[in-house]
Amino acid sequence: MEAKVEDRPATTVEKQGEPMATGDAAPAALDELKMKATDVNLWYGEKQALFDVNLDIFGQSVTALIGPSGCGKSTFLRCLNRMNDVIDICKVEGDIRLDGEDIYAPDVDPVQLRARVGMVFQKPNPFPKSIYENVAYAPRLHGLCANKAQMDEVVESSLIKAGLWEEVKDRLDEPGTGLSGGQQQRLCIARAISVNPEVLLMDEPCSALDPIATATIETLIDELKKDLCIVIVTHSMQQAARVSQRTAFFHLGKLVEVDDTSAIFTNPSDQRTQDYVTGRFG
Amino acid sequence: MTDQTASLASFTGEDAQKKLRKRHRAERRFRAYGVAAILFALAFLVFLFGSIFSQGWSAFLQTSIKLPVTFSQDVINPSGNPDAEDEIFRANYVKLAREALYKELGVDADNRKERRAANDLLSRGVDVQLRDMVLRDPSIIGTTEDVWLLASDNADALLKGSIDRETPSDRRAVSDQQISWIDQLVDKGEMKKRFNTGLFLNGASSSPETAGLGVALIGSFFMMLTVVLLAVPLGVCAALYLEEYAPKGKISDTIEVNINNLAAVPSIVFGLLGLAVFINFFGLPRSASLVGGLVLTLMTLPTIIITTRAAIRSVPPSIREAALGVGASKMQLIGHHVLPLSLPGIMTGTIIGLVQALGETAPLLMIGMVAFVVEYPTTPLDPATGLPVQIYMWASSAERGFVERTAGATMVLLAFLIVMNSLAVYLRNKFERKW
Repeated sequence: MEAKVEDRPATTVEKQGEPMATGDAAPAALDELKMKATDVNLWYGEKQALFDVNLDIFGQSVTALIGPSGCGKSTFLRCLNRMNDVIDICKVEGDIRLDGEDIYAPDVDPVQLRARVGMVFQKPNPFPKSIYENVAYAPRLHGLCANKAQMDEVVESSLIKAGLWEEVKDRLDEPGTGLSGGQQQRLCIARAISVNPEVLLMDEPCSALDPIATATIETLIDELKKDLCIVIVTHSMQQAARVSQRTAFFHLGKLVEVDDTSAIFTNPSDQRTQDYVTGRFG
Repeated sequence: MTDQTASLASFTGEDAQKKLRKRHRAERRFRAYGVAAILFALAFLVFLFGSIFSQGWSAFLQTSIKLPVTFSQDVINPSGNPDAEDEIFRANYVKLAREALYKELGVDADNRKERRAANDLLSRGVDVQLRDMVLRDPSIIGTTEDVWLLASDNADALLKGSIDRETPSDRRAVSDQQISWIDQLVDKGEMKKRFNTGLFLNGASSSPETAGLGVALIGSFFMMLTVVLLAVPLGVCAALYLEEYAPKGKISDTIEVNINNLAAVPSIVFGLLGLAVFINFFGLPRSASLVGGLVLTLMTLPTIIITTRAAIRSVPPSIREAALGVGASKMQLIGHHVLPLSLPGIMTGTIIGLVQALGETAPLLMIGMVAFVVEYPTTPLDPATGLPVQIYMWASSAERGFVERTAGATMVLLAFLIVMNSLAVYLRNKFERKW
């Protein structure tokens, strides 16, 4: 069932009707199609925010979504773990699949989906609880740990993966809100990866951070992509160029172009992409 | 270029200086208005508290007379049977007190006029006082003990200075002879003002010296208990549903408008509603603190719902996203994050609602809580009064003792309100979270 998709272009064969991938599968191989969005349209009330977006997202790599403000990249990101469901007036049409399974199918529970597709937000938003509790929250929520020792292990490994362990190991019971901005954001990443998600969505994770904290997070993203499929929304073209393997350019709710990052930044096929990446607008 | 120089000049020229001064003056005036408004409000507050305190502090002291009372067996229990409770209960305790007083003052027992004058120094409540002593400890029958007996309202008023000694004796409530007795007792230290525990313990009474807030305090306590037990869960659940689950639309808008309207409905209307629904329809007893509590619950609900909704709304969306983002369900989001984070706001709103309810009088008048209740209510179904109602009833009595008690009871009520409000502020500051 680990039907690999060899060819990258959007002509991928759909794995329709296939059962959900089992959790204990080996990390998805590079270039394996992880998520696939087909003809996604989205409305906020009367206003259409996304127009026929088709995007393939591959495992063990970083996909960057770039584009000017209000172009729908964050909105699209939030479709991938159904965070838009929370908004009453938001209506999504089209087909989004995770490992071939339609995530908008009626029998899919968005709560479970969000455990598989984790999210990190623009502003660091740790819970006003201790550092330990922040990381332990999700595993406890989903009942993943049988006992305290196991929980300690999960917290430690999550914090290590998030590159925060060395800085906080002696003060796990201090409030997470007392950390610096960059540390808070890494805490949020630790929280998101504590349940071993398959996909990690990052919505401008560095926009509230200073350059040093940003560099730390970018290194971290590089590390994380070894086990994870990462989708990152960013306003910084340099960041997209540094961390991502594939880049999608959104404009006015439409996906203008998606290609290897190097191609987007050196040889874009669309004039609008070229204008944007060279700083002529946006 | 010339244009620019010209406009720059206008910032420094004589005209500009004038304009600037004018603006500064206007600024100062504006601030002065604000300061004046605050001073005005403060002055009223000082006046209010000043007048209440100056009238009310004396209510916390009550004049008593120390007399060696002989608990004579002949008067209390002539049959000699210690189990004759009825006999002991109905005994003529006033006689005991009076005899002790005659002996102390050297009153001629055959002079009826003199006796009556002496009788007037003692409160009518002394019989209850002595009876309670005997009922508590029957072994004192046959002994003589020093007892601080309540003095009458007039004697009390003289000691507190509210009866002027200079008034001609025919227009004075206390006769010359009574004054000389009182002075005599005061000189011997056998008559003085003591802390008035009766103010907090006694029930209703027609004589001010034995009237107290006991029943009103218990009634108010029962009502507050009812309000906390009913209004808080109802209000919080309603607010949670409206904020978190209810689909936004015409219906929820209508509900929202009506809740806001309910908060502004005059409280007497709630009293009428309570009378019609709880007493006439459900047949609950009149004057019961349960009914009072139910009416106050209805009145407090809108306040609690509104403040709780505001508290829930102030939970930052980033926390909601964080919880939903790691896969918390709606209920987990509410239970783990929304409720704990909005708790200080909910508590503050609840206390403010309670304060409002505690001071409410009008609806209680409608459901018959303006009653003369002597006995302590033991359950919320027993007749009771409330603090503000007691103030209202005392305010309509003419005796001097009731005037000071009205102000004294107001001080007690204000003390409760201030303590509760401070608690609200304290809780808000203590649990307020920063992010």
